[in-house]
Amino acid sequence: MQIYLPIAEVSVNAFLLLGLGGIVGILSGMFGVGGGFLMTPLLFFIGIPPVVAVATEANQIVASSFSGVLAHFRRRTVDIKMGMVLQVGGLIGAALGVVVFNYLKSLGQVDLLVTLCYVVFLGVVGTLMFIESLNAMFKSKRAGGAPAPRRQRGWVHALPFKMRFRTSGLYISVIPPILVGVVVGILAAIMGVGGGFIMVPAMIYILGMPTKVVVGTSLFQIILVTAFTTMLHATTNYTVDIVLAVLLLIGGVIGAQIGTRIGVYLKAEQLRILLALMVMVVCVKLGLDLLLMPSELYSLGAAGGH
Amino acid sequence: MIRSLLLSLSFAILLLTSAPPAQAATQAATQATTEEVVLGLSQDRVAITANFDGSEILIFGAVKRETPIPEGDPLQVIVAVSGPNSPVTVRRKEKKLGIWVNTDSVLVDSAPSFYAIATSAPFNEVISATEDLRYRVSIARAIRSVGAAMHIRGAQDFADAVVRIREDEGLYSLRENTVAVDQQTLFRSAIEMPADLTEGHYTARILLTRAGQVVSSFETDIDVRKVGLERFLYAMSREQPFLYGLMSLAIAIAAGWGASAAFRLLRNN
Repeated sequence: MQIYLPIAEVSVNAFLLLGLGGIVGILSGMFGVGGGFLMTPLLFFIGIPPVVAVATEANQIVASSFSGVLAHFRRRTVDIKMGMVLQVGGLIGAALGVVVFNYLKSLGQVDLLVTLCYVVFLGVVGTLMFIESLNAMFKSKRAGGAPAPRRQRGWVHALPFKMRFRTSGLYISVIPPILVGVVVGILAAIMGVGGGFIMVPAMIYILGMPTKVVVGTSLFQIILVTAFTTMLHATTNYTVDIVLAVLLLIGGVIGAQIGTRIGVYLKAEQLRILLALMVMVVCVKLGLDLLLMPSELYSLGAAGGH
Repeated sequence: MIRSLLLSLSFAILLLTSAPPAQAATQAATQATTEEVVLGLSQDRVAITANFDGSEILIFGAVKRETPIPEGDPLQVIVAVSGPNSPVTVRRKEKKLGIWVNTDSVLVDSAPSFYAIATSAPFNEVISATEDLRYRVSIARAIRSVGAAMHIRGAQDFADAVVRIREDEGLYSLRENTVAVDQQTLFRSAIEMPADLTEGHYTARILLTRAGQVVSSFETDIDVRKVGLERFLYAMSREQPFLYGLMSLAIAIAAGWGASAAFRLLRNN
């Protein structure tokens, strides 16, 4: 069934969109990532104009994250306090990110920088997570299912403004979470994603939060940041396509529910290794696009745009 | 079925016995000529609805003349439908430091969003190069890139790229021998419009030629417009962007909550 998208001005198959939303939704629920880093390139691929894809994707992430976070709320795996602190940083970061984005746009190389950002961050995050979770898996096998090693007590614990995060069982300074929020916010605005794929490992490895809490808290934090991004795109670029968003989110919210339930049955190490593999696949794909000669050297853009 | 119905209607116009179904206009051609076009369109507006998946416009008409059919080369017909013009930035990738990046860019001042030509014979036989230049008929001529940056090597390649990319997308097309001409008097053609149509004022141009020279031309508008929900959402996103953004978020939150609640019910039962 073909459907004409009013803002994107293209006609696409409705079931294709529902299916894409569903698959990305499942991943979103399982890993606590918004799924934007997968969905946005997929939307480019089916012919949605990039500006519309990025803006609409932000709106869709709000839906799937909200759906996912409710399930986590009931299981009490959301550290609301930590989420709030991260959001403060996230909003500052998103605002900064938009400024950076517009500056790069005026230089005319924003596409390249966005892709490079993807390749570098996905590559580093994916590889680190993959190695770490492989190690953790072998260790837990040898030790007969011993709990994961305790968090290291490093520089994170030496900073002032300490705050107690009961759900995470942490007593740390608020500076690292705010900084993490800012960095993720900047990247989220530049790359047009929720930023979960950076947030999740940052929470585990920098803040030392327990994996079970990380997913819910990440979803919680993503909601506000992507809602902010949606409003920004809707009011400045008029590129949020509500019909596209609805189709994606119908598939997405259902997928997220399924994903959250699958996530319960998987071990933390298994979850991490799957996420790491997925991140690396996307990274390799984007990297090849930069390295291989494109079939069409020319591209068209609206005049005055980036 | 519709096609045959419209075809019979076109004959009706010719015989001037009944009023045409849609817009059928006559207009004295501007040139001092004895031949002019009487035109009918199967539709003078294209409504883009939610399930719009392309449209076919039937263009038909007749040649009205007071004098006998001139001797010599037969009458040929060109039908060209073009979408609204807008400037386009064309970028070219080059390999720099091992990766492919956009380097040069050229602004093409004006290119139609859609351009379809149908002719009654091979293009070169229908119209001469000078007439093509004058009337801007061929796809290459319809694109204007005045003052293309001269410092960039092969600026023409950029204009060619616009044509190539849009031809691949089905937005530009040249279909030779697709206008049927009967007795040098009746003509008809169908123009396919793809699903990925942008809205605006489209124009349909009909040129009559003999021996490559344009003897008469006629132009009419086709209104391509979003209707219903499509119209409402599009207008709202431009006129009330803040409200539109809030609405998008509200729908997202509602859908997220709804799915969560629905699944909980399913699981509890």
